Amino acid sequence: MLYFSDLLQYSDVFFSGLMTTVELTVLTTILGVALGTACATTRQYGNKASQRAVTVYVELIRNTPFIVQLFFIFFGLPALGMRLSPWEASMIALTINLGAYSTEIIRAGLGSISKGQIEAAKVLGLTFRQTLTRVIFVPAFEKIYPALTSQCIIVMLGSAVISQISVEDLTYAANLVQSRNFRAFESYLVTALLYLGLSILLRFAFNTLGKHLFTYRATR
Amino acid sequence: MSLVNLHQVHKYYGDLHVLKGIDLDIKAGEVISIIGRSGSGKSTLLRCINGLEEYQEGGITVDGNEVTSEDIQVRRLALSVGMIFQNFNLFPHMTVGENVMLAPTIVLKKSKSEAEQIARAMLEKVGLAEKFDSYPEKLSGGQQQRVAIARALAMSPKVLLCDEITSALDPELVGEVLKVLEQLAKEGITLVLVTHEMNFARDVGSRVVFMHEGKVWEEGDSKTLLSDPRTDELKQFIGAVL
Repeated sequence: MLYFSDLLQYSDVFFSGLMTTVELTVLTTILGVALGTACATTRQYGNKASQRAVTVYVELIRNTPFIVQLFFIFFGLPALGMRLSPWEASMIALTINLGAYSTEIIRAGLGSISKGQIEAAKVLGLTFRQTLTRVIFVPAFEKIYPALTSQCIIVMLGSAVISQISVEDLTYAANLVQSRNFRAFESYLVTALLYLGLSILLRFAFNTLGKHLFTYRATR
Repeated sequence: MSLVNLHQVHKYYGDLHVLKGIDLDIKAGEVISIIGRSGSGKSTLLRCINGLEEYQEGGITVDGNEVTSEDIQVRRLALSVGMIFQNFNLFPHMTVGENVMLAPTIVLKKSKSEAEQIARAMLEKVGLAEKFDSYPEKLSGGQQQRVAIARALAMSPKVLLCDEITSALDPELVGEVLKVLEQLAKEGITLVLVTHEMNFARDVGSRVVFMHEGKVWEEGDSKTLLSDPRTDELKQFIGAVL
């Protein structure tokens, strides 16, 4: 027998967990993509030294487990005198993680812009910053938009790990509820469905944003 | 009074000596056609004039200002030197109108309405006024190249550099682009073209510069030079392309 009704009294726990996950996802998506954009631009157009620094960062993050990165920031950094709350540590870890993966993705987009486009902007007198924002970014992001948004969703799902340092996110709520009423099957099923719903919602939001950002494609 | 002056310009790509002491003097209103085999340094020469390529020795001045490939200098040059490319290089995410308005708005800091007025006038000039709101993708190659010309003209350059601007076009679209150039030549705009269009060079151009092995091998009045070449290399070249 399944007892989903046993979960009802914990609906506020689920809701508040869901909200924490949403909040962290929105924040880290914005910060992570901004970080990735800065790093990708540096890696594509910067000087040798800064390119190397970005490479080290990207490879370091992409070749270590997220949970180790999280534990390092939360449990390791206090040794250097940096004491962070679980929420802060999670936010930083998620941002750094998404930043590294999105650097690689965005760089592929920047790489797809032909040298001719940049030269055309140059001979029209645009500064490099103007060239980036007016000429390069829109078509570059358009090319990699599906890959980038998928990565954001992967990070949202991966954020379940932060319950391990007792951030009260959706997974934390599931653990809490099933430890109280021992309805593990129901708790985790509901949680899985909430994550699924969140993914679908996020995908929908990204698609809507994409249509708005890349309007010129719609007129094709 | 020369508008563009090149004095003993040398350019190397590593060990490769691409330009071997180029002297060239271009006066306002001239239409110069630079011809020659591929690899003779024609495009490189053109790209040195607006600072897209560095040169190692000699000097280039445009309207009295020295040309270097420093970023700042390239931007200053953009105000007097326009350039059109073989592959059009229109910005795909902007409409035709936005393409033409971009530089006047953010480089010359003109108001939007003023920039739009300029853009409409320039598109009128190249016969594409009705395409103002279209995206480049929807245009033919010839139309895209004419938009690129309008985009360059919107900055009212003193010299327009054209780097093989008909080479990527289907044969039946070449004429419409050359017609626009011819009209510009009549209006007295200084044109420097790297081209394979010998008929255009002869009929519209005022002077032909034949480049060979990184040097100005032969130059002179376009009609005389093309009908009566002095050097064997130019004779051979003309024989090969005609």
